[in-house]
Amino acid sequence: MAILDPLSSILEIWSVDMSLLEVHNLKKYFPVGEGLFSRHKGEVKAVDGVSLTVEAGETLGLVGESGCGKSTLGRSILRLVEPTEGEVYFQGKNLLSLSQRELREVRREMQIIFQDPYASLNPRMRVGEIVGEGLEIHKIAKGKKKRERVMELLNQVGLREEHYDRYPHEFSGGQRQRIGIARALAVNPKFIVADEPVSSLDVSIQAQIINLLQELQEKMHLTYFFISHDLRVVEHISHRVAIMYLGKIVEIAPSQTIYRDAKHPYTRALLSAVPIPDPEHKKERIILEGDVPSPVNPPPGCAFHPRCRYREDICDKVEPKLEFGAGGHGVSCHVFGPGKRAHPSG
Amino acid sequence: MAELIRVKNLRTSFFTPDGEVKAVDGVSFDIGEGKTLGLVGESGCGKSVTALSILRLVPSPPGRVVGGEIFYRGRDLLKLKGEAMRKIRGNEISMIFQEPMTSLNPVFTIGNQIGEAIRLHQGLGKKETREKTIEMLRLVKIADPESRIDDYPHQLSGGMRQRVMIAMALSCHPSLLIADEPTTALDVTIQAQILELIKELQERLGMSLLLITHDLGVVAEQADEVAIMYAGKVVERANAKAIFNRPLHPYTVGLLNSLPGVSGHKKKRLEAIPGMVPSPLELPGGCRFRDRCPKAAGICAEAEPELVEKDKDHGVSCYFA
Repeated sequence: MAILDPLSSILEIWSVDMSLLEVHNLKKYFPVGEGLFSRHKGEVKAVDGVSLTVEAGETLGLVGESGCGKSTLGRSILRLVEPTEGEVYFQGKNLLSLSQRELREVRREMQIIFQDPYASLNPRMRVGEIVGEGLEIHKIAKGKKKRERVMELLNQVGLREEHYDRYPHEFSGGQRQRIGIARALAVNPKFIVADEPVSSLDVSIQAQIINLLQELQEKMHLTYFFISHDLRVVEHISHRVAIMYLGKIVEIAPSQTIYRDAKHPYTRALLSAVPIPDPEHKKERIILEGDVPSPVNPPPGCAFHPRCRYREDICDKVEPKLEFGAGGHGVSCHVFGPGKRAHPSG
Repeated sequence: MAELIRVKNLRTSFFTPDGEVKAVDGVSFDIGEGKTLGLVGESGCGKSVTALSILRLVPSPPGRVVGGEIFYRGRDLLKLKGEAMRKIRGNEISMIFQEPMTSLNPVFTIGNQIGEAIRLHQGLGKKETREKTIEMLRLVKIADPESRIDDYPHQLSGGMRQRVMIAMALSCHPSLLIADEPTTALDVTIQAQILELIKELQERLGMSLLLITHDLGVVAEQADEVAIMYAGKVVERANAKAIFNRPLHPYTVGLLNSLPGVSGHKKKRLEAIPGMVPSPLELPGGCRFRDRCPKAAGICAEAEPELVEKDKDHGVSCYFA
């Protein structure tokens, strides 16, 4: 197998009943306190045993609070950070077993859009070079062909051809995010990790970018892994949603199920905390006590148990597993998991 | 109901090498005793500069309040001398900021920093100051205040730091608290804790609140009155219910429409506002919103619309509202 051209070998293995992306028990631990004079003290379990699938053409939203490991998960999937353990199958091929050269080939199909459009564009490069760089690296086009393709991309993301020779600082935040999107699209990817792509934008601009991402998805049959802390944005754009807490997926389900019938106490607290733009809207707010515990030393058993008002004896002893019930609704909870108790409030 | 502060036609400019930036260009509003005004707008609309102008903290140069009046309990703050204004700050009007980490000094304990405000403004001794500080930490619900008082800012989480900022701001019992995006840097569950705390303290202390935010959800939950700002001007002002149920200005309507649907109202596409906020150096003549406005017509380019009352207590600056 190894002597074959990597792309054709992908096509060979990838069978139709596999998902576009399958992640199995992925882990990423960062060492803490390791330095010239200090000994290895422990590790931050940023991603701690995540398994999930993403189907072709869908948007999987990943929600969680700062430090829960959602960005690290996104980057581990693309091998932008090297995972500690686990498997990532993209079109049937385990990315973690690929050599750097093979990986580069596969990266044509997988791109990333970053949160901060100010920091993710090289200030010394012109827009045309930024967007066109991937085309040259992957030997897709150069010279006049490249220029034409970049112009086409700029049009696609709502920029104009005269922007080709300008520098990033000449653009507003929303326009820079459009440049970032054009760069990701340049190599005709199938799969895009969007890491908080609208979080730094004002609402009116945020709506423009969300619409653009949705239009592009329909036109080009793109698959998104959409990372965000904003539950309203995620509800709008996602087909399915995964909720992450301290390095683990605690609940995953189709978007409507998550927003109408969440089971995990953390998901319910998270949803109830979102301010609703309607002064007459009355709802019960679940105020969580305390802060997210440190991922260096997570609580035993269910990591959420110290903040959970439904905790039972088992919760600080045994770690719950993500178990699936009807309709692809996965919950990791001893109390409200599939086939267990119903929520008192419905 | 008595009004605590009345801002009249406030104008604040920054004088840059490229020309005069009119960051706040004729803003008026008032806040009643114990009430909350939500000042809403996108980045660069002048909402923070409005707050800094009230406290006379606009960095000068390049900035300067070039016109208007700010009556606080009947006195024009803009006419006060340095010493008199210092007595207002902290004692009467206090402010908390978005980023609690950069607003706290990393080399002093939090007790030291809260205590400084108490000592300076209330002239208390060392022991009383410490007691008062612990009392303030308890007020903002920091667990175990007796030992937390000796912590440094980096030992606290973001939510706890914001609680420390609030403790500091409230230590001299101000009548008006200005909160500039107090929860923007925080996660939603922590945001809910802090908003709840502010609401509770406000009721307990009878304080007025000027809440500056870009988040319409936060405004809907906290504010009695709302002022919507665009490019240095208030374009609509009403009580919170009216703003959300019957928005009149096309910009307000656009802002509400561009929000992703909240459960149950899922829209296929968001109704984004086209274009972007104009540069403050090249504002269009006439109405500042007209380039992005679906209702714009010839008259909009000719003269700037005034903020006029359409309904009772519902002001809007648009020819077609």
